[in-house]
Amino acid sequence: MAEAVIEIRKLTKSFGDLHVLRGVDLDLFKGENLVVLGKSGTGKSVLIKIIVGLLTQDEGTLKVFGKEVSTLSNKELLDLRLKIGFSFQNSALYDSMSVRDNLDFPLIRNVKSLSKAQRDKKIEMVLESVGLSQAINQMPSELSGGQRKRIGIARTLILEPEIMLYDEPTAGLDPITCKDINDLINQVRDEYRTSSIVITHDLTCAKDTGDRVAVLLDGQFGAVGTFEEVFKEASEERIQAFYDYNFITK
Amino acid sequence: MAKIKVEEKDHLISKKVDKFFLDLANVFRFIKRFFVEVFVPPYEFQEVLRQCYQIGVKSLPLLSLTGFIVGIVFTNQSRPSLSEFGAESWLPALIAIAIVRAMGPLVTALIAAGKVGSSIGAEIASMKVSEQIDAMEVSATNPFKFLVVTRVLAATFMIPILVMYVDFVALMGAFVNVNQNESVSLIAFFVQVFDSLTFLDVTSSIVKSLIFGFTIGIVGCYKGYHSSKGTEGVGKAANAAVVAAMFLIFIEELLSLQIVNFIRGV
Repeated sequence: MAEAVIEIRKLTKSFGDLHVLRGVDLDLFKGENLVVLGKSGTGKSVLIKIIVGLLTQDEGTLKVFGKEVSTLSNKELLDLRLKIGFSFQNSALYDSMSVRDNLDFPLIRNVKSLSKAQRDKKIEMVLESVGLSQAINQMPSELSGGQRKRIGIARTLILEPEIMLYDEPTAGLDPITCKDINDLINQVRDEYRTSSIVITHDLTCAKDTGDRVAVLLDGQFGAVGTFEEVFKEASEERIQAFYDYNFITK
Repeated sequence: MAKIKVEEKDHLISKKVDKFFLDLANVFRFIKRFFVEVFVPPYEFQEVLRQCYQIGVKSLPLLSLTGFIVGIVFTNQSRPSLSEFGAESWLPALIAIAIVRAMGPLVTALIAAGKVGSSIGAEIASMKVSEQIDAMEVSATNPFKFLVVTRVLAATFMIPILVMYVDFVALMGAFVNVNQNESVSLIAFFVQVFDSLTFLDVTSSIVKSLIFGFTIGIVGCYKGYHSSKGTEGVGKAANAAVVAAMFLIFIEELLSLQIVNFIRGV
């Protein structure tokens, strides 16, 4: 079995009286796409925000590359973040910057050894890999939802992360664009050799991209395994209901 | 930076009073963080220059018009009072003192609070709502340094320059009015203007403007950075930035007046 790049044990997180995560255990193995499924408000996004240090857990341990995130110094956390790419649900592109500047922004600040020409070349390469070379001089407001997602992913890829975290990558997109994004997630894993966590409630996305699937129910993982293991052999009624709704009712 | 919050049933005096003092504590923590981050590398010189352009150059048309009108109106309003004593010849001196000591800095700061403060508050709040600040953080960039430090520095540097510019434009407005009514030449007008001003007038005006600029920048950034989520939060942040900055500017004006009068021995 491949080594675990992320190890989560008995992780809890509450917001006031709302207990979002109640003792979560999870491993992300090197080179895999792990899909975390769950209804809205079950704490999926909270989980990946804890992984990247935007939030801190109340209890439990979270190790990324063997290091406990909550005990890292600022400098160590910055170094760790360079190895993690985070694709936001709404892409979070910088409105006031063009696509080129959006991609240049993390490069200028984190890879100081690169010249302007080298940075430009890298930007062109990454844009080509997400299929949006022509958008280089456009502003975020001129892009469609799917294009924004791709540019958001490109911006994280520019630092060549070892782990990718996708927050609802297909939310709000049409089925054809969803498929393109799913293909891109697989392409990123294969080309950049990343290990990824994909947060979604879209079962098509989970089926297309997930090497393993974990279903979050009531703040804990109700089932973890391949898509077939989780849904075809599901004994848990709520997991079956999730499947039925996505593939039968839709 | 985690914001201190007031928990339900967990107040010392009353929830509102506790919230006021906790907000005050948060503001001081924010200011303290600014002074720590401003000296720690890396420095965002490019962004400071860009913000100087946004705050300074883009405010020029509005400030030019306002300054010129203030000069004309103030001269016109002051003339009848001086005429009663046959002292119209004192108009340039009176106007120079009023504009350089108080009106220039105050008018500039209030207009900048409305234009610049609201724009900073709304921009940072909308970046927070759309997770752009989180995006900076996860790409190993310090958003406080990039967004807050640069804007506060730019506002602090640009407001004194704008004040000097508005002083000049307002004096030109005053000259136009004086020239039409009293036929005073440009040279004679400015000779009287400079004769009436002291070193303390100019330096206190610049120091005061630095404080006004810092206030506009830090209040706008604080309100934006701590805005509530959602589009409503953006509007509230912009509005709160203007109201709070204007209120503080008047308080600072009053305090600076007391200090300068103390130095003058008045």
